[in-house]
Amino acid sequence: MDTNVLFIFILAIFVGFEVISKVPSMLHTPLMSGTNAIHGIIFFGGILVLADAATPLAQALGFIAVIFGSANVFGGFMVTDRMLKMFRKKKQP
Amino acid sequence: MSSTVALIIIGVAVLFIIGIKLLSSPKTARIGNLIAAAGMLVALITLHKPTGDYVWSQGWTFNYTLIAIGTIIGLIIGAIGAYSVKMTAMPQMVAMFNGLGGGAAALVASLEFVRRSHSLEGITAFIAGSMLFATLIGSLSFSGSIIAYLKLEGKFEKPMTFPGQNILNGLILLVILGLCGWLTMNASGGNATMAFIVMFLLALFFGIAMVMPIGGADMPVVISLLNSFTGLAVAADGFAINNLAMVVAGTLVGSSGTLLTLLMCKAMNRPVTNVLFGAFGSSGGGGAAGAGDLAGKTVKPIQADEVALLLAYAQRVVIVPGYGMAVAQAQHSVRELSDELGKRGVEVQFAIHPVAGRMPGHMNVLLAEANVPYDQLIEMEAINPSMDRVDVCLVIGANDVVNPAAREEKSSPIYGMPIIEADRCKTVIVMKRSMAAGFAGIENHLFYKDNTRMLFGDAKASLNALVAAVKAS
Repeated sequence: MDTNVLFIFILAIFVGFEVISKVPSMLHTPLMSGTNAIHGIIFFGGILVLADAATPLAQALGFIAVIFGSANVFGGFMVTDRMLKMFRKKKQP
Repeated sequence: MSSTVALIIIGVAVLFIIGIKLLSSPKTARIGNLIAAAGMLVALITLHKPTGDYVWSQGWTFNYTLIAIGTIIGLIIGAIGAYSVKMTAMPQMVAMFNGLGGGAAALVASLEFVRRSHSLEGITAFIAGSMLFATLIGSLSFSGSIIAYLKLEGKFEKPMTFPGQNILNGLILLVILGLCGWLTMNASGGNATMAFIVMFLLALFFGIAMVMPIGGADMPVVISLLNSFTGLAVAADGFAINNLAMVVAGTLVGSSGTLLTLLMCKAMNRPVTNVLFGAFGSSGGGGAAGAGDLAGKTVKPIQADEVALLLAYAQRVVIVPGYGMAVAQAQHSVRELSDELGKRGVEVQFAIHPVAGRMPGHMNVLLAEANVPYDQLIEMEAINPSMDRVDVCLVIGANDVVNPAAREEKSSPIYGMPIIEADRCKTVIVMKRSMAAGFAGIENHLFYKDNTRMLFGDAKASLNALVAAVKAS
């Protein structure tokens, strides 16, 4: 299992490099914001640990992790969308 | 893991990759973001435990109530943050969300580490290593992002340095790595929890110590770097709790974020090590020398109605926006001026320096907010060759990105940074509040050139005066 995951990890590194190699600088901020939202997948990590939390301390910390992760993922996608909503080609009358 | 789940995870990974890909073109960026969000939703609905159990089919316990409440609180924080933030404060918001993600990654890894070190399943060195990595990088990203946020908010903007700082930071890092190494081998030992807590706290402190010496102008690079750090921490968490979707998403962010960081440094023509360890603004030498050369020279002020005449009868006008425009919230007034000139047949373009403002693309976002069509925004490399044929170049609150010292003066700290060559235009109008130096803390030779006129005042007020005067002329 471990080697399979490592294999995927290595491939993902190259995909990540490849996929943004030609990005205009005007999109740097939205792109950073968009990838910021994608690492919000840590939200699920929070859910998984909290679901199995056995002690009050673990519940408290897991709860914070879920809040942080949830804010990261929802806020991240929303703020990116708000930025990108403003990119349009034609002038509005 | 059943093959259905595996297929779903592959689908999620593809959605993320397509999402990032589409994010790198202006036409498709918005849909790209939505596709990535859709991937996230699919991953949430199909979330499985490391054991292979479907998360949402377990009995509803108190923990699930906590999950629901926590999710809603996070959603509210995220929504308020995302929709209430001013467009000028966007970079701070990204830093904040990134910090929260880093904090979550550190907490997830910590909980898993402590749980496993007390349980009988035992930990392989590989898994222990990835949990320690996630804790270290996640907490560093958390505290570092908060400092970056505060710096962008204008709190202790100046680099904070003291002699031997890099050595002290290096020592702290060594201690952290030493603890990590020991913990990898002794993850189940009696002192593991204590050592782990010390490591966690040191990592938090290291994040602060790492960002404090970096000037506010370099925060975009720092945020981008911390963003890729959080991605890697999330990937390491994915290894630890055996969640492939997290490994893929985190790695994608880690590698694309690293590349983005390097692209930003390239745009400033500085190696990334110089940004992180150079303490940019503190080197006053170049600035003092520059000021000496300029001792005999004076700037030439100009009034708004005179500028309006120059603009109204020009063939081609290039506007160079900078952070001053953002601070004055002047993007709407700029659009009005550009429309007014457009109606008179003047060709108006915006020259965008890759690092103008507080973040690459910052100006684009602001101008887009003011409905400036993006095909009117020209990137630095594209516009520089034709700067000789520009009648009037209007520099609005930009400073270092148009400083010819980057081209002419070897002693200048910004020497070698590509600039928008505003000084080659027939007339340059610089709109500025005062003669204060830019973020790099150095004098701008452009202000003293023969073809430069200074229009002092708040950018928005000056622009409104210009719009009125252009209408009248």
